[in-house]
Amino acid sequence: MKRFLASLIAACFLFGTGAAATEPQGPTMGQALPDFSLTVPDNSEFRIYLGVEGKTAFSITDIQSEMVIIEIFSMYCPFCQREAPSMNRFFEMVNADPSLKNKIKLIGIGAGNSTAEVEVFRKKYQVPFPLFEDGDFSIHKKIGEVRTPYFIGVRKNTDRTHTVFFSKLGGFESPEKFLNQLLQAAGIRKGGTP
Amino acid sequence: MKRLFTLAFFPFLLLLLSGVSFATSEAFKDTIFNPGKLKPVDSVLKVRVGDTAPDFTLANLHRKRISLSSFKGFKNVVLSFVPAAWTPVCSDQWPGYNIVKDLFEMHNSILLGITVDNAPTLFAWTQQMGELWFEVLSDFWPHGATADRYGVLRTDGTSERALFVIDKKGIIRYIDVHDINQRPDFGVLMKELEKLDP
Repeated sequence: MKRFLASLIAACFLFGTGAAATEPQGPTMGQALPDFSLTVPDNSEFRIYLGVEGKTAFSITDIQSEMVIIEIFSMYCPFCQREAPSMNRFFEMVNADPSLKNKIKLIGIGAGNSTAEVEVFRKKYQVPFPLFEDGDFSIHKKIGEVRTPYFIGVRKNTDRTHTVFFSKLGGFESPEKFLNQLLQAAGIRKGGTP
Repeated sequence: MKRLFTLAFFPFLLLLLSGVSFATSEAFKDTIFNPGKLKPVDSVLKVRVGDTAPDFTLANLHRKRISLSSFKGFKNVVLSFVPAAWTPVCSDQWPGYNIVKDLFEMHNSILLGITVDNAPTLFAWTQQMGELWFEVLSDFWPHGATADRYGVLRTDGTSERALFVIDKKGIIRYIDVHDINQRPDFGVLMKELEKLDP
């Protein structure tokens, strides 16, 4: 018992101080994201975009696309607000390029945002891609309690596993540069394959 | 043995309590003080739904004095008390309200943001949020007097994270003294404002 309590003290100080001293870490490149599921959107256009018709919930690997870009945002985050038009432009750029359109899909997850709050953000900025609520921070906790906005690029593997190929905090200079950064990280040239 | 148990228990409790969730914006990178997990509510309300809202006059960030009574008869008023500048959940709350001016206007309402910080601190903090459309008022001196009149002044001198909805007649229609560690859902506040529509 004494040994157990002593270990408990050691563990608490070790993990406790570690958590306080270090910056939140996002998903690690080359690894898979922790498991989480999202509710299938009511909007049929979004269901078709994601390829999740006929389901009630889905995971990232269910999305019909080689790659998925996830933006962790919040209605309450000034940078996310400022960058929303650029994100919309990024979405349009991907969709306008026939070589990328079905290869890259984009979603947003509202860290700590309820359905109503996500809807406020969507309406305010006329966001054309699917946004999901994470009102209880459960997904946010799983991916390392990152600050917002945070961008994660996930590539699906042929065996239904997936790998994080992009993991970055903060804004981007322009949608064009962001797309180039992503394609470079994924090893894709515009108009070609990896 | 008892002493060892106590020694083990407190850090374990601290570890459990450290799980406060917030998604601080990158806009506040390296400037936010982490107060840790706080007692959810640390004051006793002095007003109730149905009461006439106590009037107050506080200075905004342009040194203009604003009175609650000046809105009586033509605007619903939402008071948003937040505990302190440069803290995580507070820094995450008003920037959200900053994008919903149209929703407040739709319900003929205005927002007054109040903290017990002094004006220079409030000014520096809110500058990080961009240009705010709503008034930010300093309840610094006499320290927290307005917060105290409503019963939301905590024992450490900060205020609660509290929302009061006051109708055009000056009657309190909704109160949410929220867990200080969490941000209230804006959707709930909107539903309360909808109830005030004629």
